[in-house]
Amino acid sequence: MKPPPFAYEQAGSLAHTLNLLAQHGSEARPLAGGQSLLPMLALRLARPTILVDIGRLDELSGVNRSNGELVLGATVRQRQVAQNPEIVQVLPLLVAATRLIGHPAIRNWGTIGGSLAHADPAAEYPAVMVALDATFVAQGPKGEHEISARDFFLGPFTTALEDTELLTRIRIPRPRPGTGWGIEEVARRHGDFALAGAVVVLERSVEGTCRRVAIAVIGANARPVRAMEAEQALAGQPLTAPVLREAAALAVKAIDDPLSDVHGSATYRQRLVPVVVQRALQAATERAALA
Amino acid sequence: MQLVRLSLKVNGQPVEAEVEARTTLADFLREQLGLTGTKLGCEHGVCGSCTVLVDGAAARSCLLLAAQVDGCEITTIEGLTSNGTLHPVQQAFWEAHGLQCGFCTPGMVLTAVALLNEHPAPSESEIREALSGNLCRCTGYQNIIRAVQLVVEKQQRAG
Repeated sequence: MKPPPFAYEQAGSLAHTLNLLAQHGSEARPLAGGQSLLPMLALRLARPTILVDIGRLDELSGVNRSNGELVLGATVRQRQVAQNPEIVQVLPLLVAATRLIGHPAIRNWGTIGGSLAHADPAAEYPAVMVALDATFVAQGPKGEHEISARDFFLGPFTTALEDTELLTRIRIPRPRPGTGWGIEEVARRHGDFALAGAVVVLERSVEGTCRRVAIAVIGANARPVRAMEAEQALAGQPLTAPVLREAAALAVKAIDDPLSDVHGSATYRQRLVPVVVQRALQAATERAALA
Repeated sequence: MQLVRLSLKVNGQPVEAEVEARTTLADFLREQLGLTGTKLGCEHGVCGSCTVLVDGAAARSCLLLAAQVDGCEITTIEGLTSNGTLHPVQQAFWEAHGLQCGFCTPGMVLTAVALLNEHPAPSESEIREALSGNLCRCTGYQNIIRAVQLVVEKQQRAG
C-alpha cells in the first residue's frame, strides 16, 4: 500500500522541530531515518498529519566522549554506530547489536534514536540500553529532562516520551576496562526481529567470581526487562557452566508482560529465554577479564 | 495535498521535480522518471527488490520519501550500464547465470555494487551476509553468490 497523505517539513533546527511538535502534538511525527516509520505509513498503521524531517540536523548527530560517558546524538545512523572509532573501542556490545539489525541498506538510514523511540519489543538497542543503564535526554515544551533507559520503555511501541517531546541524546556510561559482554538472539532469519534475545554485561573479580552483571531480555516481553533474579543469583558466584545455566533459568521470571504473536507464541519465546541468556552469559564470561 | 520541490541527481543527470510529500523514492523513480528497473516487491523494506544507491550507499527506495533525498545522488540499475556496456557486476551475473526471472536482480546487483565498493574482496560468508536482505524466489541464491565471487576473481586477476 502507499502512505496516506501528510504534510512534510524539513526541520531547520531543533527549536523549529520542537515548535512543530508543540503545535501539532500527536499529529506530528519526527522523521529521522524512516526505516520503521515508513513501513508503518505504508501499512497505514500510522496516519500523522505532518512529518518533521530531522535527518539533517547536525545538532542531533555526533558521538562525543565526556566525563566517563559516551554521548550519542539521536540521529546518528546505525551504520555510523557500528563504525565510529569511539564506539568500536569502548562499546563493542553496541557494535555487535547493530550488526543484528536488519540489513546494511536499513542501517544506512536507520538511526539509534529512531530505533529507541520506536520501542519495538523485539529490537536490540532498547535492551542494550537497559543493560548498560543508559540515560536518554528528551526535549519538549517544558525544556530538557532525562529519563533512565529502565523507565523509558513502557510497552510495545510505547515510551515515556510525550507527543510534544523529542529524544535528542543518549548518554551511556563507559564500561570499566575488562568488562565482558554478550548478545545472543534467535530469529528465523539473520536480520529478522528477535523471537527472544539476551544482552549481558558482566564484570569479574580477580578470583573469577561475578562482581557485577546486567542481563536484559529482548523480544519475549512487551518491553525490555532486566532479569533481576538471575542477576542476584550470580552475584559473587564462580562463573561455571552449571551456575550460568541455573541463573539463565531464572531469567524467565522477569517476563511480566509476555509477547505472543504469529512469529512466536509466548510459550515458545519463554522456552528460548533461558537458552539465549545462557549463551550471552557464556560469551560475556569468556570476554570478561579477571580484574 | 502538499507538494515538495526536489533538486537531485539521478544516474548522473540533474533532475528537478515536484512530488507529493508521501511519494516514496521508489514510486518517484518508477512513475515520474519512468525508471522501472527498480522493483516493488513487499513495499515495507523486507525483500530488497527496491534497492538503489543514495550517495553511493545501498538504500531501500520503498522506505525513503523522495523528499528525504533532495540534493542527493541516486543510482538505479539503469545507471550502471554505460554506452551499452554492462557493469562488471551485471556481466558477472550474466556469466554465472545469477538470475532467472530477473525481478530481484536490480536490487541484488546494486547491493553487490555497494558491498564491493566498501569491501573489494569479501569472503563467501561476507557476501552471503551482505545479500541476506535481498530475497530471490527463483535461483536458490547459489549462482548469485558465484556471480559476486566472479567479479572479485576477475578484479584480482586484472589488478
